[in-house]
Amino acid sequence: MNKLALKAFFAILRRDIVVTWREFIPFLLQALMQPLFILFIFGKVLPNIGLASGSFASLMLPGIVALSGMIAAMQGVTLPLVLDLGFAREIDDRLLSPLPVWWVPLEKVLFATMRGTVASSVIFPLGRLILGSGYAVRTDRLPILIGMVVLTALVGSTIGLLMGTTIKPEQISLMFTLIFTPLLFTGCTYYPWGALNHIRWFQILVLFNPLTYAAEGLRYSMVPPMNGFVLTTLGLNWILLALGMSVVVMFALGTRTFYKRVVT
Amino acid sequence: MGTPAIAVRNLVKRYSKSKTNAVDGVSFEVSRGEIFGLLGPNGAGKTTTIGVLTTSIVPTEGSAHIYDVDVARDPISVKQRIAVVPQQSNLDRSLKVREILTFHAAYHGVPRKQREALADKLLDELGLGERKNEKVNRYSGGMAQRLMIARALMHEPDVLFLDEPTNNLDPQSRLFLWERIREMNARGLTILLTTHDMDEADKLCNRIAVMDHGKILVNDTPAELKKMIPGGTALEVRASGVRAAEKVEAALAAISGVTKVEPVAEEAEPGTLTWRLYAEAVNNHIGPAAQAVLGEGAEVRDLSVKQPSLEEVFIFLTGRHLR
Repeated sequence: MNKLALKAFFAILRRDIVVTWREFIPFLLQALMQPLFILFIFGKVLPNIGLASGSFASLMLPGIVALSGMIAAMQGVTLPLVLDLGFAREIDDRLLSPLPVWWVPLEKVLFATMRGTVASSVIFPLGRLILGSGYAVRTDRLPILIGMVVLTALVGSTIGLLMGTTIKPEQISLMFTLIFTPLLFTGCTYYPWGALNHIRWFQILVLFNPLTYAAEGLRYSMVPPMNGFVLTTLGLNWILLALGMSVVVMFALGTRTFYKRVVT
Repeated sequence: MGTPAIAVRNLVKRYSKSKTNAVDGVSFEVSRGEIFGLLGPNGAGKTTTIGVLTTSIVPTEGSAHIYDVDVARDPISVKQRIAVVPQQSNLDRSLKVREILTFHAAYHGVPRKQREALADKLLDELGLGERKNEKVNRYSGGMAQRLMIARALMHEPDVLFLDEPTNNLDPQSRLFLWERIREMNARGLTILLTTHDMDEADKLCNRIAVMDHGKILVNDTPAELKKMIPGGTALEVRASGVRAAEKVEAALAAISGVTKVEPVAEEAEPGTLTWRLYAEAVNNHIGPAAQAVLGEGAEVRDLSVKQPSLEEVFIFLTGRHLR
């Protein structure tokens, strides 16, 4: 491995960390505002007024962790890339660094994965704070949980890479409506996949959303047995396969479009 | 001399959706320590040529080498030897001014102590030392340009590419930049710049390649290029109180030795007309030209010998003005 290229890679990574660290509070607000309110309304208000059962919170919390991590990771790549490739061209300086072109998107993905992991992680103390006694997370599957959090962020950042390299600056607001909204609501964030048995067509449809697997994987590693019942989730093998495939396909496509955008 | 700093051979670039070649069989070499200019109108293929040399454009045919390294085969090694100052600012707006320099150097593997010292030195040299902790948002065009040049020098490249370096700059910034370019060159940096400014090419470059429609029309020193104009120098005659312009023109054309008389379109001052006389040795025709004007009852307002400019070379070569 070329030593100079590695140095360049880590310098670029350090640049992203420095820039984000400086904006850490805005970053946290951006990542946490939505989950905070979702947790409060669905986990606290609805059960309190009797519109949802108390266990709803512990079923939903993994979904929120998945959602926050994935969105934070996606935002970490998509928006900067759209602007950079569109007109700002601030990325040129990094492209002229002595490293292979595809390492630049690789760095973006790695960094966004870190972002997503941080965003997911802070949901735990936040959840404990908001849900109080309703907070229930099993700790015996901690390694799987950590793996799932990182993998979820990785899925988000690779999707972000593909979006960031294909979307034009003038399409940004349309993108939020057309991609984020369906992604948000068909990703099994607010309901476990197994409970969709009665709406078969929807149960199948949501399988095309990577967020479904992330949420289910986190449910598998987080939801404790309740009243002696263990929640059945999608099989861990299927979850890992789907998320793994998503990462590989999205990264390959995203890197390809990235290359086409910067080298003609 | 050794190997040339830049060697381009039969370079062709055709963009996928285009019917014509943006660069159409271009060959040239730039020696180490030279300032070389690519001169031509917009769309001539200058920026594409730079793009190939700076690894962002893959050539369709032909080859480009920087210090014997093939640009298409080993872009990473090339990137370490070159620096690029683009037409439009691409400064990293998330970083502070000084960080833009230090991070750039870090991308190129320059050790911390060295890059910090070099950043301070360059910022002072380029007159940016006092505002080094700002972000670039508040920078003027001229300051951004200077900062991009400082950034380019941070990893001590062998070849510097300047794409339209003084485009859109005020005259003062332009002169400042020209001075810096000469200084960098004096320290041994090879410079390739593109421009559509004749004056700039003339004043800065050791050699100039004139490009049009993707081809290099000529490639020579500014002095040699100017010799291409037939008749060499020109004599400009301005007259007032002209009653019949055609008659004055005919009288001027009748002077023996004058090969061509051309009315100059733009009016230097109201009520005057100007002609340009071409001849082998115009100095001999100053007297006869004045007499010809007076003979037609007009008054001579100005007589001047024009040294040929690159502008005229370009018009001569292409039949068009540069802009």
